[in-house]
Amino acid sequence: MNGVHDLGGMHGFGPVIREHNEPVFHSEWEKRVFGMTLTAMGRGVCNVDEFRRAIERMPPAGYLAASYYEKWLHALEALLVEKGVVTREELLSGHAAAPAPAQAAESPDDGEGNGGVESFDSSAVKLRFDKSYKPGFKVGDRVVARNFNPEHHTRLPRYARGKRGVIRYDHGVFVFPDTHAHGQGGKPQHVYTVAFEARELWGPDESQRAPVYLDCWEGYLERDRAAAAKPAVKSAPKAAGKLPGKPPGKSSGKSSGKSSDKSSTKTRTAKFAAPARASKSAAKPKARPRAIARKGRKR
Amino acid sequence: MSEGHDHHDGHDHHSAPLSEPAQRVKALEQLLVEKGLVNPQALDELIDTYERRVGPRNGARVVARAWTDPEYRKRLLDNAARAIEELGFPPGPQGEHMMVLENTPRVHNLVVCTLCSCYPWSVLGLPPVWYKSTAYRASAVNDPRGLLKGFGVDVGDDKEVRVWDSSSEMRYFVIPERPTGTEDLSEDELADLVTRDSMIGTGLPKSPGRRESRAAR
Repeated sequence: MNGVHDLGGMHGFGPVIREHNEPVFHSEWEKRVFGMTLTAMGRGVCNVDEFRRAIERMPPAGYLAASYYEKWLHALEALLVEKGVVTREELLSGHAAAPAPAQAAESPDDGEGNGGVESFDSSAVKLRFDKSYKPGFKVGDRVVARNFNPEHHTRLPRYARGKRGVIRYDHGVFVFPDTHAHGQGGKPQHVYTVAFEARELWGPDESQRAPVYLDCWEGYLERDRAAAAKPAVKSAPKAAGKLPGKPPGKSSGKSSGKSSDKSSTKTRTAKFAAPARASKSAAKPKARPRAIARKGRKR
Repeated sequence: MSEGHDHHDGHDHHSAPLSEPAQRVKALEQLLVEKGLVNPQALDELIDTYERRVGPRNGARVVARAWTDPEYRKRLLDNAARAIEELGFPPGPQGEHMMVLENTPRVHNLVVCTLCSCYPWSVLGLPPVWYKSTAYRASAVNDPRGLLKGFGVDVGDDKEVRVWDSSSEMRYFVIPERPTGTEDLSEDELADLVTRDSMIGTGLPKSPGRRESRAAR
């Protein structure tokens, strides 16, 4: 959704104002909204993507005028109504006219009296180590972020759409926000950190050495065929040296993707990336119970 | 965090009329309690956790350990969430999938969430208002050096500023460079130098001389 929430690169918002000795919460009601939101998610009333989507659906002027926890309150009320947990009338009266749907009322099973709130939304993250989803890209691959303008929820910001970058990390498998936010399933897929050079994002006059490292679900990416055809792609400024996440080097775009640095890139890749032998169609999403399912998370 | 700040005691003794959101929240909580979906005591506990127990002091401990223990640093780079848990800080919400970003003489890392306000709760607590502000989210990706100047951090042109836009469920936090002249400090003393902002990338650790002026963060 091309909403006002997609702020990266916009101008006119003025300097960043900081508050000295800022408290964690600024009023009593902020605390309660925070607690109730976590509780609702812990009970599976909504998932984190639905929650973000509910905030993004706010009318633009209202979004910009609202404080952080006002946005949370708006989203929480909207989702409780949409999921049939409460009615508008009940929200206004502050009293229950009917009991909550059985599933939402079930007591989450953490056994520690936490009310099941120990995870913001475990459904969004559970699949991370599932090795049955083969990655379509590997570290070092040249990619292009898709140029799309969906009305649905997405986590691909406008500033990156259509831009070329390099895969720096493969973080494993996560559910896909674009479908997860709309009750269309998890559609699990790999999430990569993609490095976009400042010049690619902001234009040829951009001189800052300030690449943006953006996390992209596989569905947001396409192979950069143009770059792959070239023997060498202009890489990041040399100073990247042997730091984690350095560009794949002078070799061709079809390098093994094994970056030579010793720290996180390599380790993480080795650990999370399964061999890319299966075709992408093999990575079919498993049906996962959604909606008001219980998601107690044991630790 | 922010020791010494005057917190409300959890009950509103004011007789002034409630603000609009305060009224709505009061009605909502009453409703959810009646529905059996919310337990007020459990809420109190949860709130207390984020007001008093989870905060940037946790992250500072992690950084200080990474500075002093090369084996720990390795484990932290390899599996941050697990290494953080080693120090007694459970991953909790918004801390399950964590990656640390090490600042070096050549790279300064800066973390933002342009689409909302994703933040590594388990090590830094809940984000400050400026991190969630439109101004920060708008400018961090395309004018990070200008933004950093506003925070009093001048990153030389020889250094890359690497901006991490936390668009996924991965959470990032920065291990700042260890300040010079700290060779003799203990881990606790080092932790006192590590500010919240230095772990977001909008600040640098305090230098040892300034330790006494122990700001809240």
